Amino acid sequence: MNVTTRPTPGDPALLDSAAIRAEFPILGETVRGKPLVFLDSAASAMKPRAVIAAMTQTMETQYANVHRGLHWMSERTTEAYEGTRDAVARLINAPDRAEIVFTRNSTEAINLVAHSYGRGMLRPGQAVVISAMEHHSNIVPWQMLRDAHGIELRVAAITDAGELDLSALEALLADGRVGLVSITHMSNVLGSYTPAQRIAALAHAHGARVLFDGSQAVVHRRIDVQALDADFYAFTGHKLYGPTGIGVLWGRRELLEAMPPFLGGGDMISSVSYERSTWAAVPHKFEAGTPAIIEAIGLSAAVGFVERIGYAAIAAHEARLTDHALARLSAIEGVHVLGRAQDRGGVVSFTLDGAHAHDVATLLDRQGIAVRAGHHCAEPLMRRLGIDSTARASFGIYTTHAEIDTLAEALLRVREFFA
Amino acid sequence: MFEDLRDLYQDVILDHGRQPRHGARLAAYDVTAEGDNPMCGDRVRVFARHDADGRIGAAGFEARGCAISIASADLMAETVTGHTDDEVRALAGRFRDMAMTGAVPEDDVAMARLAPLAGVHEYPSRVKCATLAWHALLAALDGKGESGRDR
Ligand SMILES: Cc1ncc(COP(=O)(O)O)c(C=O)c1O
Repeated sequence: MNVTTRPTPGDPALLDSAAIRAEFPILGETVRGKPLVFLDSAASAMKPRAVIAAMTQTMETQYANVHRGLHWMSERTTEAYEGTRDAVARLINAPDRAEIVFTRNSTEAINLVAHSYGRGMLRPGQAVVISAMEHHSNIVPWQMLRDAHGIELRVAAITDAGELDLSALEALLADGRVGLVSITHMSNVLGSYTPAQRIAALAHAHGARVLFDGSQAVVHRRIDVQALDADFYAFTGHKLYGPTGIGVLWGRRELLEAMPPFLGGGDMISSVSYERSTWAAVPHKFEAGTPAIIEAIGLSAAVGFVERIGYAAIAAHEARLTDHALARLSAIEGVHVLGRAQDRGGVVSFTLDGAHAHDVATLLDRQGIAVRAGHHCAEPLMRRLGIDSTARASFGIYTTHAEIDTLAEALLRVREFFA
Repeated sequence: MFEDLRDLYQDVILDHGRQPRHGARLAAYDVTAEGDNPMCGDRVRVFARHDADGRIGAAGFEARGCAISIASADLMAETVTGHTDDEVRALAGRFRDMAMTGAVPEDDVAMARLAPLAGVHEYPSRVKCATLAWHALLAALDGKGESGRDR
């Protein structure tokens, strides 16, 4: 096992890599006869034992539908499910647990806002601003809103370094018609963080609300929705070492209360007659149907896992990995790393002269190295960068320096292969 | 060092992927269509010109993509020349089978030429790279793409 850093007295920010890796059973697997080098955590992260155990234990010992049974199993399961709301509220410092809405993933969380806030509270003629480095899930819902509801969609430019252009954003806000700014908190392609606090201040100064797509950011740094002064914050469980099928929308209570529901059905009503139904209080108004109970309980375990390690240690570990990766990859002739944002996290996209990203990914895969290749669900960003696709290495708490060295050495061979 | 990769990236593929012989729009063509692979963003536009006897006189393509999709488009352009549309449809079917199963049919000269691409069957996500140009060509022959003539 590769141990890159050890806890040193006086430096709590160093992770015990071996101990952390031991928490992830899958990291012991081999791929094509080679030890798995998993550098695709930004697409979805591996799961620690704590998450696997919590979900298994739920199914084996304590499971029933939530919020409806008057029996012991249902009550205990409801407690566990609702406990996740407390865990998530604590994680992102939400002032009120009722502001945590469970969704399937980030995509559904953003669609919820586009539907309920967009159609319910924005008026035709108002505008929504996104940035030029959004994932498709923070583009398409707004296009749908634009087409269905007469909302203008504006795109804030990014700089050549891959940072949000704040003056461009400000110019888009100037006419006061923008009702919502919906921007990523960290790019899944360039790794750039966006200055969320300043974006929120700008938006609010111009009368707009702000949604952050925290799908990537929440994995790497502590999120404090109050300090950011956000209005909505979305993320997805499976990138945060949790299971698939569970995501989170946080929203200010007064906004959530004013918004009409998203989906209709069971669990989201207060009373139903054929003439009219009334809605349950938030957050249940937005959680129609039987929720992802087991997955929510898994997410709770993931949050606990992350908190036990601590964001200070996670951020420090990943900053070192990223620096190491940037240094190793840029030293390879023909490799071009995309973006040079000052503030960036553990995602490094690159191209290799003379080789298409897919061919690079396939050759790396043959060496047991998993990277993503393609447009990363960000086609407009690819066009902005003037490329079709990139290979992307992304890191998690279990990633080691040695794995990045393996990637760099493998890339040398790939370059040779296509030379 | 990449011995185990030679099954996928044989010299023919590396060569045609790097320097396609037919990688250009035809000066005159009567059918064309575009194919894309939304998963990866690869894109190919194929062009074909029929001779008076109904056989394909020339084929070409413009593409953005990986070595496999480019090499496959190039070998396809070479292979279909001289064939009728129905023959091309049959070739496409045999090629798709080969790409999916890896089995090279015996006594099949055309497939023998395309056999270096059979290695993709081991990489389900790459089979589409190999079949992309063929799908576009069939769409062109079926009139699903627009046809045109340059200048
Ligand atoms: C920045 C960003 N936003 C949104 C998403 C969508 O997440 P999900 O597919 O879980 O909804 C992703 C990941 O795929 C992402 O990286």
